Amino acid sequence: MKKKQIMILEDLLGSNKKIAGDIRKKLTAKGILAINLLSSPGAGKTSLLEKLVEILRPDYKMAVIEGDIETERDAERIRAKGIQAWQISTGGACHLDAKMIGKLFSEIPPDLDFLFIENVGNLVCPASFDLGESIRCVLLSIPEGDDKPKKYPKAFMTSDALIISKTDLLNKLPFHIERATQEGLDVNPKIKVFKTSAVDGTGINEFARYLIEELKKLRCSNA
Amino acid sequence: MHELSLIANLFEIMEQKAKEKNAKKITYVKLKVGALSGAVPDLLETAFDIYKKDTIASDAKLEIETVPLKLKCKECDAVMEKDDLVLNCEKCGSTNLETLAGTDLYLEKMELEVD
Repeated sequence: MKKKQIMILEDLLGSNKKIAGDIRKKLTAKGILAINLLSSPGAGKTSLLEKLVEILRPDYKMAVIEGDIETERDAERIRAKGIQAWQISTGGACHLDAKMIGKLFSEIPPDLDFLFIENVGNLVCPASFDLGESIRCVLLSIPEGDDKPKKYPKAFMTSDALIISKTDLLNKLPFHIERATQEGLDVNPKIKVFKTSAVDGTGINEFARYLIEELKKLRCSNA
Repeated sequence: MHELSLIANLFEIMEQKAKEKNAKKITYVKLKVGALSGAVPDLLETAFDIYKKDTIASDAKLEIETVPLKLKCKECDAVMEKDDLVLNCEKCGSTNLETLAGTDLYLEKMELEVD
């Protein structure tokens, strides 16, 4: 018996990245903009989606993939709005991965404009898993506190947009929106910042316009 | 705690490489963990110890090297290591930076017992 060292240099997320790359390529070719929504539990991802689909529904076709540890509750809320939704119950896993999205792929209508993927509520683990999305958005709600971007940097570093949600609570809680924005920009100078409230409707139109612009860009680059 | 899924991926790679080399045992494994890889070294070690039982790597020693976040400025070409999470260039202030290292998680090498 002899000992032998071998060099490998293989990425532990390599297989996930490969599947995600395939998903992105196929969705982009169909002209579908996929959006991965990340946040801690209760930051308002489903409430934001409920408001967004009301704005987008007259002109665009969309569907939603809901990731949760247990229950169909979020998918039921989206279906109640007349939008197709799938629930992935991870049964304990703290994040969605590309393989889970890949399994649903054949059911995704090819004529969609937007595919929203609501990740499991968790500001840590989902940040490491590419799902094949074109855009990643992270929500930070007012009750969570304005110091989160530097405490959980990966979620903010890897996102294209930061949505500061529940702004209707700004006058009730000591949250400094400038600090949250600055922290977001420190860890990711290219991040686009939106301020929204699903209760009074603030900023939802602006965020919808951003998604429509991104959809146009994706289709222009296809043409 | 997604470290267990990462370690499951690691074992898939390890077992495949060991098979290719006709190895009887894996005795040593070295990981390179980026400071912003999103994985915690202590949790990777715990997950590795749980996972290795009854595998070809049941006696393997795990070594983890942490890799700092390393960036290159696309404007002035300065290369810097960052731990303050303010991602602009130390020299010229530009935010147009390229990541060179520190965000990935790699199996660098391993030691095998072969006939």
